[in-house]
Amino acid sequence: MPVETEELKMTEGLLSFIEEWKDKPGNLIMVLHRVQEEYGYIPRNIAFELGKMLDVPLAKIYGVVTFYHFFKTEKPGKHKISVCMGTACYLKGGQDLIDELENLLGVGCGGTTEDKQFSLEAVRCIGCCGLAPVLTVGNEVFGKLTTDMLPEVIAKFK
Amino acid sequence: MAVKNYILVCGGTACESSKGDDIFNNLLKEAEAQGVADDVQIVKTGCFGFCEKGPIVKVLPEQAFYVEVKPEDAGEIISETVIKGRMVDRILYKPEKGAKGDAFDIDNIEFYQKQYRIVLRNCGLINPEDIDEYIARDGYAALEKCLFDITPDQIIEELKVSGLRGRGGAGFPTWMKWNFTKQVESDQKYIVCNADEGDPGAYMDRSTLEGDPHSILEAMTIAGICVGANMGAIYIRAEYPLAIERLETAMAQAREYGLLGKDILGSGFDFDIELRLGAGAFVCGEETALLASIEGKRGMPIPKPPFPAVKGLFAEPTVINNVETYANIPAILTKGGEWFAKIGTEKSKGTKVFALTGKIKNSGLVEVPMGTTLREIVFEIGGGIPNGKKFKAVQTGGPSGGVITDKYLDTPIDFDNLISIGSMMGSGGMIVMDEDDCIVDVNRFYMDFCVEESCGKCAPCRIGTKKLMGYLDRFTQGKGEVEDIQKMKDIGEAMKKAALCGLGQTAPNPILSSLEHFGHEYMEHIEEGKCAAGKCKDLVHYKIIAEKCIGCTVCARKCPVNCIEGERKKPHVIDQEKCIKCGACFEGCKFDAIIVS
Repeated sequence: MPVETEELKMTEGLLSFIEEWKDKPGNLIMVLHRVQEEYGYIPRNIAFELGKMLDVPLAKIYGVVTFYHFFKTEKPGKHKISVCMGTACYLKGGQDLIDELENLLGVGCGGTTEDKQFSLEAVRCIGCCGLAPVLTVGNEVFGKLTTDMLPEVIAKFK
Repeated sequence: MAVKNYILVCGGTACESSKGDDIFNNLLKEAEAQGVADDVQIVKTGCFGFCEKGPIVKVLPEQAFYVEVKPEDAGEIISETVIKGRMVDRILYKPEKGAKGDAFDIDNIEFYQKQYRIVLRNCGLINPEDIDEYIARDGYAALEKCLFDITPDQIIEELKVSGLRGRGGAGFPTWMKWNFTKQVESDQKYIVCNADEGDPGAYMDRSTLEGDPHSILEAMTIAGICVGANMGAIYIRAEYPLAIERLETAMAQAREYGLLGKDILGSGFDFDIELRLGAGAFVCGEETALLASIEGKRGMPIPKPPFPAVKGLFAEPTVINNVETYANIPAILTKGGEWFAKIGTEKSKGTKVFALTGKIKNSGLVEVPMGTTLREIVFEIGGGIPNGKKFKAVQTGGPSGGVITDKYLDTPIDFDNLISIGSMMGSGGMIVMDEDDCIVDVNRFYMDFCVEESCGKCAPCRIGTKKLMGYLDRFTQGKGEVEDIQKMKDIGEAMKKAALCGLGQTAPNPILSSLEHFGHEYMEHIEEGKCAAGKCKDLVHYKIIAEKCIGCTVCARKCPVNCIEGERKKPHVIDQEKCIKCGACFEGCKFDAIIVS
């Protein structure tokens, strides 16, 4: 996990969630979901704290975090652009969307722009195959896209 | 005052994301503004399945079926249909060919005609956030029956008569699974629902959970009664926030009604359900990996036996079924196993839900009786291939399945037939490809997915997927060799025999099946360095035919990298070194002067 300069504090909500789940077997993944909901990723120092609170070795936490695609160890941009790469979207040009976005944003897939405004990632099927090809920005879904529509999508969030 | 009209607004994910929510709110506002708020009940339902035409709004009793509705249409729907009983023609669904009877009757829409809805019986009909609507459609009747009228042995018997097989992919008889767990003596048993729908291009389970969450809760509780378990868990993808929300609402309502929790309906039987979120790992669709993930570990499979039915979650006996399997169960127990067994083919009973997507006119969710042919699904329900293109193949079973060519379009679809023609049922993804799709490229896509998703525990899968990927990569770059084909087959066969879990054993399937049906296309890539569909960019070259080029300069202006040169009114030339093969010139040329080779 990358080293950070700022030390993050656990919020009240997070602490009470951990308290609630502490004694349930198999709680780790649920707690990690809650952490990511709070910070957008799994910060290193929070993972340390978590290890102590749940009595789980940090190595195990790291193992779980890196096993699952959903968990991130780096802070994402303010707006997260997720391009669906399910089969239907792929057939209808999902890869072209990614190529064009890389071009427009100047970052590779999986990266975050320098101004920390946008991060770009390819995600697995988001289940809107009828709208293929699809991408989401935050919680907003954009469907039936072509590459020339992308500048407009980005402009909406600038 | 009695309600005169019902307006059903699709609240599935695809429709919601195309402003379904705004439509719903505008309808409420307009009904209020036009003074008919008391006459009309506006309901947000689950998925109608006809996602291609979404968002969908249906008005009862007029049976007005509106498609591609926009938020600003709300006023007209209220003023015309609700107040005057007239249709808003502009957004009314219009059948393509001469349909029988009224054009706007849902039963006459080709998309629905061949469908038979058991799993999706309530989707698009009831408000999934209201338990009373589920109960009004015979919901929880099966639970009551299982608590008070019939014994666990009779439940098993009913499932056995029904012939229900697991819908997760393998098609294992459900009654046998339940019976194994039932027979094991243990103080603690678990009921697990696999809602980790990982197959890219499939969303049947998501729509079921979003449109009819109570059916899953009811079925899991019945499983609990049957095998003697009082804890259940639903393992659901975190990528499905709407389904999670609806399940949480449903669970809270069921607890409030005494249908979940302690002493259900005063019977003395306790059963409760917890949600556990997946975190994006395809391998967690494999049952032992899924259980490891619920236990908070990396989702890696373990060898079977022991099967989860005997030693599953936290090493206790566990029934694990997928969403669609559970959704069938309340219907079977209410209407009887014999009713269910009448639907379908000899060895595959009931219906199957497919997510029909790709190059198809009417993409969406379709539920058909087992034994329906691919031709009926693709050309009648799906409406065929758009833009006058030619059908190439259907891919079923996702990264574990295979391709089916036009030769087999008339094969009745069931578990065994699909395996005999080299594919598999899988969870129900059905992706249609047309002549523009390259088989090698599509297989590279699937293999890339498998490389990414292989958990790495066993060598056949970890190394095998990587090796296969390497061959496909070289083919798409024109660097393949004829001997590679045999090597791929050998690796594939070895993986099928030696990989630890279902993911690894089935990962080579798409390649093996496409080699059989589209071997010539692989050979074309290898021997001629040619990709007929033009998808493998390294193999594609755009050329301008000098005789046809009139020098209009359109191509030069369209080219994003300025690699086309030439004087006005004189033939242009493409600089092959600089060309990025985007195809903009090809699409822009009005004189067919640019060819792909």
